[in-house]
Amino acid sequence: MSDERDPASRDPLGGTSSPPEIEEREDAKGFSRRSFLKGAGITVSAGVIAAEGLLETATATAADSKVVGPGPVAITLKINGKEHSLEVEPRVTLLDALRDRLDITGAKKVCDRGTCGACTVMMGGKAVYSCSVLAIAAQNSEITTIEGLAAEGQLSPVSEAFVEHDAQQCGFCTPGFVMAVTAYLKQHPNPTYEEVTQGLGGNLCRCGTYMGVREAALDAAKRLSGGRA
Amino acid sequence: MADYHWPPADKRFLIGKSFTRLDGPAKSSGRAKYAYDINRRGMLYGKMVLSPHAHAKVKSIDTAAAERMPGVRAVLVMFEPGKEVLWAGQEIVALAADTEDQARDAARAVKIDYEVLPHLVSDVTPEKAGAGRTSAGSEAKEGDPDAAMAAADVKVEGTYGAGIITHCCLEAHGQVTEWEADKLTMWASSQNVTGIAGEMSKALSIPASNVRTITQYMGGGFGSKFGADPWGPACANLSKKAGRPVKMMLERDQELIEAGARPSIYAKVRLGAKKDGTLVAWDSESWGTSGPQGGGNPPIPYVMRAPNRRTKHTAVLTNTGPGRAWRAPNHPQSCVITMCALDDLAAAIPMDPLDFFLKNIEFTGERGKSYHEELLKAADMIEWKKKWRPRSTQDSGPVKRGLGLSIHTWGGGGHQSNATCTIHPDGSVEINIGSQDLGTGTRTIIALVAGETFGLPLSAITVNIGDSRYPASGASGGSTTVGGVSASTRRAATNALNELLAKVAPYLDAKPDDLEAAEGMVRVAQNPGRAMTWSQACAKLGAAPISAAGQRSLDLISSGVGGAQMAEVTVDTETGIVHIEEIVAVQDCGLVLNQKTAESQVFGALIMGVTYALYEEKLMDEQTGLCLNPDMEFYKLAGLADIGKFRVHMMTGPGYDERGVIGLGEPPVVSPGAAISNAVANAIGVRVPTIPITPAKVLAALEGAASTGRA
Repeated sequence: MSDERDPASRDPLGGTSSPPEIEEREDAKGFSRRSFLKGAGITVSAGVIAAEGLLETATATAADSKVVGPGPVAITLKINGKEHSLEVEPRVTLLDALRDRLDITGAKKVCDRGTCGACTVMMGGKAVYSCSVLAIAAQNSEITTIEGLAAEGQLSPVSEAFVEHDAQQCGFCTPGFVMAVTAYLKQHPNPTYEEVTQGLGGNLCRCGTYMGVREAALDAAKRLSGGRA
Repeated sequence: MADYHWPPADKRFLIGKSFTRLDGPAKSSGRAKYAYDINRRGMLYGKMVLSPHAHAKVKSIDTAAAERMPGVRAVLVMFEPGKEVLWAGQEIVALAADTEDQARDAARAVKIDYEVLPHLVSDVTPEKAGAGRTSAGSEAKEGDPDAAMAAADVKVEGTYGAGIITHCCLEAHGQVTEWEADKLTMWASSQNVTGIAGEMSKALSIPASNVRTITQYMGGGFGSKFGADPWGPACANLSKKAGRPVKMMLERDQELIEAGARPSIYAKVRLGAKKDGTLVAWDSESWGTSGPQGGGNPPIPYVMRAPNRRTKHTAVLTNTGPGRAWRAPNHPQSCVITMCALDDLAAAIPMDPLDFFLKNIEFTGERGKSYHEELLKAADMIEWKKKWRPRSTQDSGPVKRGLGLSIHTWGGGGHQSNATCTIHPDGSVEINIGSQDLGTGTRTIIALVAGETFGLPLSAITVNIGDSRYPASGASGGSTTVGGVSASTRRAATNALNELLAKVAPYLDAKPDDLEAAEGMVRVAQNPGRAMTWSQACAKLGAAPISAAGQRSLDLISSGVGGAQMAEVTVDTETGIVHIEEIVAVQDCGLVLNQKTAESQVFGALIMGVTYALYEEKLMDEQTGLCLNPDMEFYKLAGLADIGKFRVHMMTGPGYDERGVIGLGEPPVVSPGAAISNAVANAIGVRVPTIPITPAKVLAALEGAASTGRA
């Protein structure tokens, strides 16, 4: 299985590869990959440290770098063209911020560790696993969730193709797949059957809707290119 | 007057055609709200602390530190100190906090003292498990297996089986609970909305009328979501204590550890045939584990029942999590054991397994003719006669190609179902049913049946389901939903229509018996010119809508289906990797209502089948007693690139349609394991005895065969 999304892509053996890559080029505006990982290291263990009363020590040693948290931090996220201000602990993932703080629930929480793709959203037009991106690190990016693909009551061409080809059963993997296909087709507007098969390996379904997903992806490519393909 | 029976083929205008699902747009646009997506004002997040020991006595539980953790609002002890836990994953404490992270932090602060006791989590034979670790299952004998075996020209012996797998529902088990005074609302990820309301009322000692359960959408159940489970009442109690709504969904590892497992089944089989291929004897001793509670009796031999047979089953009691119904309980495992043994017998004769199955088709019982037709149809689709070669005649080179087949059965029938149908004076139509849509297309089927009854398109019907306030209707399990809801809908809709026809008849100067509803009109059947539109007819109701009830009746449904599947695989004998080239599935299920969603069910079953045949297995560690792969990296599901090419053929028309509606959820998931295993054996010339057929097992089988000079 292969997958072309940037962060948290799967390796060819199906395991998870490197940790999510937060784009280095956003250094000036946000967090570099290095500081992100450093920050993440501290905050991930914050719960345990706090429980043992050693928090002050940990905070002190990291005081020379740009440290936030472990308490709530005010952040602004630009989601589907709209700015949202909220306060989250630095350990809160983009997925949890979307679902639990902003009630934007299209992205689903399934594996919560970058394996299944149910939480796929787009950051700067590229697919990411939102369970593997911290909310604080998603600032300054244009975030698109499935709700942002079309107005309520309307369907994006990809969503429409999913309905037409019955590329969904229980539907819990569907929003993630729709986002993965949408992002994939931006990079590969005219894919072959084989390319789609390989390119959508980063999302998992349990009901077994892959036949429809593959047809939907190919059909959506045609819909998006206005019948050119 | 309209009658209840399904219309004949030439009168059907919706039944049997292809329709996209009504809730497709809501799901594919992310607007569908699952239990996991319900957010209520002031809602807390619940977490459970599970036993980390497979077998232990709980000595003490100390929640004092957890209660002082930031954000914690309620703590509940779920397990009585002094009692023994029997698997790692037993729920001990539940708590609720302002955020999910806070709840996780607090869960870590709970202190539980255990006295660790000896455990068994390995999937072993009854002999290895030892005394006190087994429970006798059924024993049966028919004919004279010993004499028949002694007289058989060809005999084979082998061990076959399937390990434990989990359900791995993408939406974890769980719920949101909210109290308003003494009334409880629960949004649950459930296959049994009507049923869990009663369960909750009992567990909480409150009147059933004070409980409302809702499942508008649910993210996969496959047999694991019938009950309120320990976490249902626990969530409601946390909610009550805190005075706030609580959402408690299982974490992914908890989902895989405790919320579902398909029992393992293995068997030592001896069987015999005459030289001409006639099956004469079957003798099997089977065993398997469903965790600490024993397990059922598998239907072995499966479908094809040799005339002389002896069977014996023993359940092994282990400290793995308890089993749950998994899509077609006991069938896929029994199918692997039986069909693989039969395939090995055919190879030993030697005989093309297709010819062998056709020759013995009478042993499948009363549906032999259907199996015969289905095998021939599948063989035609995959070009069996052109492609099949005996095991020993493979080309040189490391990649080997093979074909395998299997047949299966399932019951179906229809669950108890009540429906109400309301025709409003403005012409709109509503159907209310308590049952839920698991993703099988239940909503769409209900609208289709009502539309067929009224001569209206699907879009004219509003379907309200998945709420315990709607008429009681069964759990979605055992492929019984479509039978239940299609029958209750048909009867409710027909009853409502007959009331409407009685009202309208005088305006058309006709008797109600002479009227029909078709093509958006209410008209005189023999004189379609005397008609009014549906809206005009409904307007005659004045201010009061018609509301009529209907109940599932057996005349509209049936039970007992069959299917045949054939798989073509390639196996790399250097790496042991199996690749699915193609699977064809031929399936009957009586009257097909929606061709599109019926085919989707079969495609989905094949993909689930590929997954359990090749990839997924719940791995337990005997040293620690823990599950080694409670995540989605190492608990492997097939991805898009793993599935190969599939083709599905539904048996419809005369001989099938008149049986009425029969469920389709389980049957097509039964055969893939056996068909794939047989294809692998055909490819590499040796049997990989158990599923999943991992590369390691393929290489071990090849090595074993090489050392005994068999391949």
